[in-house]
Amino acid sequence: MNISDELYQATILEYNREPRNFQPLENATHVAHGLNPLCGDDYHVYLRVEDGVVQEASFYGHGCAISKASASMMTLELKGKTLDEAHELFEKFHGLLTEKQDQPEDLGRLNVFSGVWKFPERVKCASLAWHAMDSALQGDGVASTE
Amino acid sequence: MNLLNKEIRNDFPVLTRSVNGHSLVYLDTAATALKPRQVVEAVAAVYEKIPANVHRGVHTLSRDATAAYEGARETVRGFLNAARADEIVFTSGTTGAINLVARSWGASELQAGDEILLSHMEHHSNIVPWKMLCEQTGAVLKIIPVSDDGELDMAAFHDLLGPRTRLVSVVHVSNTLGTINPIEEIISAAHEQGAKVLIDAAQSAPCLPLDVQALDCDFLAFSGHKLFGPTGIGVLYAKMELLEMMPPFMGGGDMILSVSFEEICYNKPPYRFEAGTPNIAGAIGLDRAIEYVQQIGFEAIHAHEQELLKAATAALEAIDGVRIVGTAKNKVAILSFVIDGVHPHDTGSIFDSCGVAIRAGHHCTQPLMARYGLPATARAAFSIYNTLDDVDRLVAAIHKVKEIML
Repeated sequence: MNISDELYQATILEYNREPRNFQPLENATHVAHGLNPLCGDDYHVYLRVEDGVVQEASFYGHGCAISKASASMMTLELKGKTLDEAHELFEKFHGLLTEKQDQPEDLGRLNVFSGVWKFPERVKCASLAWHAMDSALQGDGVASTE
Repeated sequence: MNLLNKEIRNDFPVLTRSVNGHSLVYLDTAATALKPRQVVEAVAAVYEKIPANVHRGVHTLSRDATAAYEGARETVRGFLNAARADEIVFTSGTTGAINLVARSWGASELQAGDEILLSHMEHHSNIVPWKMLCEQTGAVLKIIPVSDDGELDMAAFHDLLGPRTRLVSVVHVSNTLGTINPIEEIISAAHEQGAKVLIDAAQSAPCLPLDVQALDCDFLAFSGHKLFGPTGIGVLYAKMELLEMMPPFMGGGDMILSVSFEEICYNKPPYRFEAGTPNIAGAIGLDRAIEYVQQIGFEAIHAHEQELLKAATAALEAIDGVRIVGTAKNKVAILSFVIDGVHPHDTGSIFDSCGVAIRAGHHCTQPLMARYGLPATARAAFSIYNTLDDVDRLVAAIHKVKEIML
């Protein structure tokens, strides 16, 4: 197994080293806490939603490369999406993470996570910030992947 | 060299397994030990030859199963040098044993304001049952601090001990740091204050000789699966004077003498605490595991593991950007470390791709992780079947992690 091809693709490592939107958002309308008690991944996700559209998204905290890169890319993807679109993307991304896709949908930069399903113990890492985002938009405030 | 003969590896069939294209290097013994063929065969023999319930039937199979199960109790007695076999209670594991003490002895003995002393390096299984008990009784937890090196602050311990201290419950060997704690000193000081002492021996039972009479501890708990035995079996040792006054905490068959709807007469220890059909095959497998360990001998085991610890410590210290967490003077062969700039979870995945099994996480010691300001560490734990080649593979895996991640 070459783990650099299967899991740690170059893009993921770049986002881990220099995550985009990696800071708290002062005027956030939605904040959620994502915690993976198994490995200690711990992020806050911040969203500024106006007129039902995500205007800004960011995240802050600590965790592994997979969780950090996934969270960072999520914040880029969410900008400009309606709440329904954000939820729909969450579901598509979750599908990409959890099972082999026979006819994979093109999810753009998120495609780098298409090998994660082979590492079931890492699915929680890749989906942590997304669970937090989804619960933030549902108004729950705390997400756990356990 | 003090290393054990490599032929010992032939007893562990899984070591011939290939993992992700590499021969397996198993460095996760602190989570659970591999099982030697002798133990696997002993467990299989129970189901093949004496698959009957214990303490119940008048038929031959039941008699044989009972004899083997009670024989295992006697083996554990000898292993711990307990005075009597009926001081040995079979449980599901260390967690089950600690919960038994908390719910039986603790719930009946402790009152609001009583103090329970734990250390900052306890496993969650030696924190949560006591926290639950405090919520129920109004007792309070006091925590023995841990130094930067990973040693207990014994001066603070003596200061914390007081007339309200009812129990000191401490880990003998830290599963995260490898520290061997000075339990002799803890036990005698606690007894001077009239407090009872529980020793969590989950990590020490596989590598250090235990003598509960010499230690004079009141309770001691360990797990079979960390001692090369089956999962789902463990032991609570308790002094008979304590077991006799402890109420049952789980009701069912085998823990009673007579039952009517008006009145129940409970069985004597240890049966009072073994409700329901026990893990018969587990106890007999544990018996065989103890015999296996005793045949090798703790002196040889200790020498072997110290040799590997010394080599692995030196090797990791020589790598830039690697920091060992837990540098106590007295340690077993458990090596927690962090690689600067790399989350331990990523370290664990890359190790796995190299065929090297380690633990990455908080090791069920979140308060200790918080003490060191770490979310997690990677942990390599060495045992009787590990070799100096495994140390080389550990080092190579660290270089692979640095190459990919940094």
